[in-house]
Amino acid sequence: METLVSAAELRAFLHGLPGVDQVGAEERAARLATRSIKTSAKAQAIDMAITMVDLTTLEGADTPGKVRALCAKGRQPDPGDPGVPRVAAICVYPDMVATAVEALRGSGIGVASVATAFPSGRAPMEAKLADTRAAVEAGATEIDMVIDRGAFLAGDYLKVHEEIVATKEACAGPANDGHGAHLKVIFETGELVTYDNVRRASWLAMRAGADFIKTSTGKVSPAATLPVTLVMLEAVRDFRAETGRMVGVKPAGGIRTTKDAIKYLVLVNETAGPDWLTPDWFRLGASSLLNDLLMQRRKLATGVYSGPDYFTLD
Amino acid sequence: MSDGKAVSDGKAGSEGGASGGMARLSVRKTYKLFIGGAFPRSESGRSYVVNDGKGGFLANASQASRKDVRDAVTAARKAFGGWSGRTPYNRGQILYRVAEMLEGRRAQFVEELRATGLGKGAAGAEVDAAIDRWVWYAGWADKLGAVGGAANPVAGPFFNFSTPEPTGVVGIVAPDSALLGLVSVVAPAIVSGNTVVVVASEPAPLTSITLAEVLATSDLPGGVVNVLTGRRDELAPWLAAHMDVNAIDLAGVAKDQVRALEEAAADNLKRVLRPGVTDWSAEPGTERLTAFLETKTVWHPVGL
Amino acid sequence: MEFEYAPAPESRAVVDIRPSYGLFVDGEFTDGHGEPFKSVDPSTEEPLAEIATADAADVDRAVAAARAAYDKVWGPMPGRERAKYLYRIARIIQERSRELAVLESIDNGKPIRESRDVDLPLVAAHFFYYAGWADKLAHAGFGAGPRPLGVAGQIIPWNFPLLMLAWKIAPALACGNTVVLKPAETTPLTALAFAAICRQAELPPGVVNIVTGAGETGRLLVEHDGIDKIAFTGSTDVGKRIARAAAGTDKKVTLELGGKAANVIFDDAPLDQAVEGIVNGIFFNQGHVCCAGSRLLVQESVADELLDRLKRRMATLRVGDPLDKNTDIGAINSAAQLEKIRMLSEVGEQEGAGRWSPPCELPQRGFWFAPTLFTDVAQSHRIAREEIFGPVLSVLTFRTPAEAVEKANNTPYGLSAGVWTDKGSRILWMAERLRAGVVWANTFNKFDPASPFGGYKESGYGREGGRHGLEAYLDV
Repeated sequence: METLVSAAELRAFLHGLPGVDQVGAEERAARLATRSIKTSAKAQAIDMAITMVDLTTLEGADTPGKVRALCAKGRQPDPGDPGVPRVAAICVYPDMVATAVEALRGSGIGVASVATAFPSGRAPMEAKLADTRAAVEAGATEIDMVIDRGAFLAGDYLKVHEEIVATKEACAGPANDGHGAHLKVIFETGELVTYDNVRRASWLAMRAGADFIKTSTGKVSPAATLPVTLVMLEAVRDFRAETGRMVGVKPAGGIRTTKDAIKYLVLVNETAGPDWLTPDWFRLGASSLLNDLLMQRRKLATGVYSGPDYFTLD
Repeated sequence: MSDGKAVSDGKAGSEGGASGGMARLSVRKTYKLFIGGAFPRSESGRSYVVNDGKGGFLANASQASRKDVRDAVTAARKAFGGWSGRTPYNRGQILYRVAEMLEGRRAQFVEELRATGLGKGAAGAEVDAAIDRWVWYAGWADKLGAVGGAANPVAGPFFNFSTPEPTGVVGIVAPDSALLGLVSVVAPAIVSGNTVVVVASEPAPLTSITLAEVLATSDLPGGVVNVLTGRRDELAPWLAAHMDVNAIDLAGVAKDQVRALEEAAADNLKRVLRPGVTDWSAEPGTERLTAFLETKTVWHPVGL
Repeated sequence: MEFEYAPAPESRAVVDIRPSYGLFVDGEFTDGHGEPFKSVDPSTEEPLAEIATADAADVDRAVAAARAAYDKVWGPMPGRERAKYLYRIARIIQERSRELAVLESIDNGKPIRESRDVDLPLVAAHFFYYAGWADKLAHAGFGAGPRPLGVAGQIIPWNFPLLMLAWKIAPALACGNTVVLKPAETTPLTALAFAAICRQAELPPGVVNIVTGAGETGRLLVEHDGIDKIAFTGSTDVGKRIARAAAGTDKKVTLELGGKAANVIFDDAPLDQAVEGIVNGIFFNQGHVCCAGSRLLVQESVADELLDRLKRRMATLRVGDPLDKNTDIGAINSAAQLEKIRMLSEVGEQEGAGRWSPPCELPQRGFWFAPTLFTDVAQSHRIAREEIFGPVLSVLTFRTPAEAVEKANNTPYGLSAGVWTDKGSRILWMAERLRAGVVWANTFNKFDPASPFGGYKESGYGREGGRHGLEAYLDV
């Protein structure tokens, strides 16, 4: 990646990307959503989805107790079935990172922290970086930053670029030993509105060093959608073809059912390809999704429809 | 209007007269073909005798050959892109200009029709009707798109519209109604942007060349209308079979000839307008306009 | 991680295929007097049913029944009553849509995803659309009281059996005509199911008659003195024969024939959607589509990138069991069609074009052809000129818009065309110049009952769909 980026070059590059036709993109996503994933494929998909879940709590009312409960759920999603895999990460606010790190020690589950004045991102840069450093120092393995949508929509792509670069540096941690946190960059696609913007934001973030690109904070509607994720998957696919570097994708917000989750997996499979079908490269940001996955998993195993009473509410 | 006189005056060129000298010898018109905006003789060098209403000699007309058909089709094809690409408003203006010039030559056309045997009143009425018919069709130029087109309400996020477009090169076998019939088949074909090759009435071809003179001096681009005189039986099959002709109007074809021409036209799926009209003074309707139109439908997504 | 989709077969239990079928004449299923033939499942080569062949006397009976129904019942019936019959038929089609979709996929070989999501919804929509016209013909722009033609003889192809039936029968009936329809010999089953639907709807006997058989039955119908109208969808060769047969008669003819559509991709196109449009343009329905985008014209400056994307996309196409809900490309409809596709593909190789198909395992039995593209195709190659009617794409390049138009129009066909660019003015410039009846801009293979469809030049004449589609069945 180039070290020096000019505003003009960045704008020319982003505006030179092929456009996205809304109707065509939505049609493609809708068609992939008609894939029928049954029996063995469904079982595989459910387990795959569970391992990709970033189990999330991002509430003003979050407490250490709430976070510890969520961590327990992440370690052992279904107490009735030890065969259920663990989730990918627990996603919390920066001040809850230490609690989560403690609760997850030895589990292999990542601790993701939102940062940079999540969800709006409307804070001075120093505050955003301090937010990030605090989370990293507390042990976060992944940072979910938000971009400055205002700057993006105002055409100040360089500002967005520089913020990502700076946050990426902050993720490296004080030791800067290469074991710093991974950086996920949240676009809040519901505020970017057009797919052209989503594509531009994707390339902007990838060029600035993002490890993951993520649709939404979950605080703005619409959050993740299939076509938005399709456009981002196309971007990471093309970025690898051009640079050789893989970038992950994380739709977040509004994914509540197994059916939804499977549609995303199909999308990944047939857009970016099977290389992305691991928790290293694809995540589902969700909270209530996990129980539906568990319920469908049990239906497959037992042949009987289960009920919410048989799964823990955490 | 000396041309008209030359036609109508069977004695023109005879000697005699008073005032002590030779009478002035009138200049006769040679009736040639009209191809690509020029007036060539038939490449075959042939001509045939055209008689007046009483069977007397009226003039020699060019007797076109299959090669003249070929040349006329080439000229019409060459003119098609430009003519169909004009704005409808411009085509309407040009056609109206033709009507103005027809009006200016009214007396000549009356004389020519009288020479075919029509009485003075009838000839005048037919010329008037022909000019009015031309004006009627001229006005259609910038209305066809609205009347024949549509915005189609499809069930999806698409804007979908249909527009009428000219079919291309139209072969016309003109009826024997020497002016009104001729105008009634030529104007509707060209007003929408088609270009035409007209096989004129075999017994009454002279008005078609006079009409060509009007067209040649109007702003109508060369090749939009091409006129061939000669034997229908000889020319029509070549026109019907020509693979670069897109449609054919059989208005002047005898009933027993229709089948063979239609069969030939099928080789490249020409649009065929079968003969049917017998009274050219009747209100024409839009049949001859729509017969040589294609409907093009365009889809485009509606999105951000 | 590899993610294998398990088989997801649609149940065949919803259809009940009888061992043999007769003709549908005057409201009754009756024997045919020609040599019966078998309809085959193209994905297994198993015979499905024995189908009657209508001989001359059978066609006579059908035309006579249609004439009687026209004179006595359907012609005099007020438009609003005709409308209600058509609405009824539309509703029954919706109710039985799963059954009809499965039957269509079994008989035709097309993927259930398409018969379910494309064919059947459009079939029902077509009847709904024209039902609404039946009592509004005076407002359709053809004069105050446009008259029907009489008895329509209709011949439809095997690529969209029930949809083409709908395109033919719905407007004909709405305008007050009665019909004798011949389905293609390889795909008669849904037409016969439709006959049963006519009975369910209590449509008066003789209004719709279905005669099955091969080309000879079609010829008998076309040349019958008792019909007033011929509507044909099929090959250009047969279309020309029909035009010749109708010469010198008073029969009104509309023809919807072959195509060799250019799908034009400019360097500023929305490339991912363009790739989808290309795939949908040529691999939809195994490429058995008259308006298929079989010639890809791509701007040279973006050709390599586009082809990379296209190949990658083609590798995800799933070929196989038509009844599997995840199948993208089903079976070729017949052995004869498969042979034609193979032959022209071999010609393409001999002509020097580069042949490519993704790795693709085809079933042992049945008629199959892998999605294929040819690169470095020149206008002079046969695969750039002849309609292959299979999943075979010819790729050509161009440098300027004018060159694209010239190449796109350089064919005796003129059914459809595609344009992909983000520049609005260029779309309209291209759309104006493409000599084709349908121009899809930044989309492809879209159909709607409200949208007129039909060709320029040797792709036929007349329009189906929309207000324009009424003209084919009115005496105007």
